[in-house]
Amino acid sequence: MPQLDPAFFGTQLFWLAISFIVLYVLMSRLAMPQIAGVLKQREDKIRGDLDAAQRLKEETKSVIAAYEKALADARGEAQALARQTMDAANAESSRRQQELTDRITSQLAAAERRIAEARSQAMANVGTMAAEVAQQAFGRLTGAAADPARVAAAVERTLKGGA
Amino acid sequence: MASPLEQFKIEPLIKLPKLGGIDVSYTNSALWMTIAVVLVVLFLVLGTRQRALVPSRWQSMAEMSYEFVSNMLTEQVGSAGKAFFPFVFTLFMFILAGNLLGMVPYSFTYTSHIIVTFGLAFVVFLGVTIVGFVKHGVHFLSFFVPKGVPAVMLILLVPIEILSYLIRPVSLSIRLFANMMAGHTMLKVFAGFVIGLGVLGGWAPLALNVVLTGFEILVCFLQTYVFAVLTCIYLNDALHLHH
Repeated sequence: MPQLDPAFFGTQLFWLAISFIVLYVLMSRLAMPQIAGVLKQREDKIRGDLDAAQRLKEETKSVIAAYEKALADARGEAQALARQTMDAANAESSRRQQELTDRITSQLAAAERRIAEARSQAMANVGTMAAEVAQQAFGRLTGAAADPARVAAAVERTLKGGA
Repeated sequence: MASPLEQFKIEPLIKLPKLGGIDVSYTNSALWMTIAVVLVVLFLVLGTRQRALVPSRWQSMAEMSYEFVSNMLTEQVGSAGKAFFPFVFTLFMFILAGNLLGMVPYSFTYTSHIIVTFGLAFVVFLGVTIVGFVKHGVHFLSFFVPKGVPAVMLILLVPIEILSYLIRPVSLSIRLFANMMAGHTMLKVFAGFVIGLGVLGGWAPLALNVVLTGFEILVCFLQTYVFAVLTCIYLNDALHLHH
């Protein structure tokens, strides 16, 4: 068996040591840092992407929250505006109604006053006219002039009693 | 016909002057070690030079070998083993390259030589022992005293523990050497049958050789893994003194 020939042990060990040391140096200085760099670069990239995704997700959440808040604010504002408008309209309408009522009341009062005036005036005229008619009728019937004061008193008495 | 063992023969390619009385000629074995070193470095460096985010098949293989050894080390030793990762990875790639290059016809399998595998195993043994003493000082010797055993039994057990510790480099190196040598010898023997039985009968051993070649490639990976994983386990013993 050539493996057990001690003549070659020296050269075998010598070259084994040299090749192994050379390989060790090349591996630790050249190959392994490069592979480690590639692996780290990939890991960083994956972690970075995951972080970015997480950040974007949170951003989306905050945007949605802001949108919903804006929506709620707008709705509240709209409701306030509607209420305000309605209140203003109600106040205006009640003010006008009050105005109208006042005018109607005052006109009604004026009309009643005029009617009462007209009636009392008419009543006064009736007394005078009746006294004149009665005096002339007395003059025609009796041919004598009647005492106007007595006639007026009689007419007045009659009007009052008739009434 | 050539002997099945002729493939293991070492032939000096370049005669070099003796170094301290030792012949250090550049042999076919040294040539294949050199090829292994170059191929491993090219495989890893050129494979990952694109630094692609989505790796190509080559880059994926280079990364896979790196992560495989890294995971193995972390699994066996934990985070304390990180400092030894370059050594374990180099060991893994050097043995794997030696095993796989041996499958190339007319090549030379340096891992089928006991002195090479013993050299590697002895470095592991020596390194692990030094790590143990540096980390724990004299307390490292308690590794040889099993816990919870009656004092009388220790007289018997401590020598056994020490012996089993000292036998580690031997078992580690013989396992790899024997596997590689047996596989290659068997392939060669069956290849000899193919020629011996001729065109008519040679097909059966040829078919068997195809199967055996696939099996041998599996053994190449498996024995590399076993060597590396045992290195990790020994390292874990030295670092954590677990029993």
